[in-house]
Amino acid sequence: MEILNYAFMQRALLAAVLVGITAPAVGIYLVQRRQALMGDGIGHVAMTGVGLGFLLSTSPVWMATAVAVAGAVIMELIRWYGRTRGDIALAMLFYGGMAGGVMFINLAPGGSNANLSSYLFGSLSTVSEDDVAAICLLAAFVVLVTVGLRRQLFAVSQDEEFARVTGLPVRVLNLLTAVTAAITVTVAMRVVGLLLVSALMVVPVAAAQQLTRGFAATFAIAVAIGVGVTLGGTVTSYYQDVPPGATIVLLTIGVFVVLTVLATPLARRRARALARGGAACTADVPGARGTSDEVKV
Amino acid sequence: MGDTTTKTTGEPVISLRGVTAELGARPVLRGIDLTVGAGEVVALLGANGSGKSTAVRSVIGQVPVTGGEIEIFGTPRRRFRDWARVGYVPQRTTAAGGVPATVTEVVSSGRLSRTRFGVLRKADRQAVRDALEQVGLADRAKDSVNALSGGQHQRVLIARALVSEPDLLIMDEPMAGVDLASQEVLAATLRAQVGHGTSVLLVLHELGPLEPLIDRAVVLRDGCVLHDGPPPEAVGQHALPGHDHVHPHDADAAPVRTGLLT
Repeated sequence: MEILNYAFMQRALLAAVLVGITAPAVGIYLVQRRQALMGDGIGHVAMTGVGLGFLLSTSPVWMATAVAVAGAVIMELIRWYGRTRGDIALAMLFYGGMAGGVMFINLAPGGSNANLSSYLFGSLSTVSEDDVAAICLLAAFVVLVTVGLRRQLFAVSQDEEFARVTGLPVRVLNLLTAVTAAITVTVAMRVVGLLLVSALMVVPVAAAQQLTRGFAATFAIAVAIGVGVTLGGTVTSYYQDVPPGATIVLLTIGVFVVLTVLATPLARRRARALARGGAACTADVPGARGTSDEVKV
Repeated sequence: MGDTTTKTTGEPVISLRGVTAELGARPVLRGIDLTVGAGEVVALLGANGSGKSTAVRSVIGQVPVTGGEIEIFGTPRRRFRDWARVGYVPQRTTAAGGVPATVTEVVSSGRLSRTRFGVLRKADRQAVRDALEQVGLADRAKDSVNALSGGQHQRVLIARALVSEPDLLIMDEPMAGVDLASQEVLAATLRAQVGHGTSVLLVLHELGPLEPLIDRAVVLRDGCVLHDGPPPEAVGQHALPGHDHVHPHDADAAPVRTGLLT
């Protein structure tokens, strides 16, 4: 394992594992709320933060975190208040964020779009010790929220109206989800890049769903897939000299395709088992729930 | 109509006075009065667009109210915090979460009104099993809710409401799109709840198989109360002689329906 002898690879692998855990852990709630593309939007907004970081000569990671969190909070507020025009407002936020990033980085002394590209598509080999420290801290927060509040976040994401009637602070939990997603985007930024972040939030969850019937199982398998592909992609990029972000995302999609193919017979077997169960109780044609059943008394 | 109950506690469980609400600029409720006494089963009837769903949703704070007063268990709704006493069954929508969830997971979320941010204890898990037992879905506990029929899904939503052991059930069209077998299970579940003294406010399109359980019907039209009293005259097979109207809770408690209504 000579790969572990290099300090930069140790940092890269650590960052990769943390991203593999956090991205699907937050992504599952976004997918559950049918906001799979929210991570992508936050990624766009975070670009302004990276640009500002260069312009002000501060850490791009912390600046991106601050801007992404602000952007996520604004998105959540738009979701509450901007019912009809919400999507237009979100579009402006996303593209404004992207344009802002390009503008700021070009205004920065000696800055050019080349600096931006390591944040757009990830650049594991340039992850510094400070970056790793920031990533560890942020990842700990994300895990604390997504695991510690899983029941509450599940309820809010599954049925927001019902969650309100249970007395849960739904708005606070929604904001927390948005903030956590924003933080995850900046955690993953150095590994897969802002433009590919959303893939790691969504695709492992979609892949895990092919095998599972429940939320807890989906969560566990999605995180396992996330860790597997980020580690696999990082190691591959070391030996083959391919970009890690793209490798990780393509690997994830590969896992999705394989699991989908494998799951088809599984789903068929489950359907058949269900049909048998139905036949035993009703002595009816399996699966035949005709329109006449719907007639009210 | 504030005196519709003569029951012990005196406090009505739900009380709406002159409630108005708008959706957009359109008035949906034009000042309705509605009371549900302790242990009473009240059906809210009316055509589509009459405001019955909005009325129910105003009680649980899902619709902003433009005027009037709403009280739950004698507390103004804005200050009401004891949500574990309220079991809510929303209108079943075809839209489900984007991630599979088991029956147990969905029903457990109803227990959050009691556990809040605490951990799920043994008693909580037992309550989930009991609720599933009540709606006859104990054998489906580990199945995905997406694999259930419409009627079974509705039973899951009712179990989710029952799991907090509420004193008041609020149900929005619980019988809509539900197959016959599930309708019977739902009616039996509701009968058992009412037998334990649970108060019920339910939105119905028609009385149907729940008719024998209903103490009082409030009919809305265009956001106004049109009728408040005994359920409208039964027609069809419910009117046939020999059709038994059983009110199980009358046996162990004073009858809710007094002469005041007739």
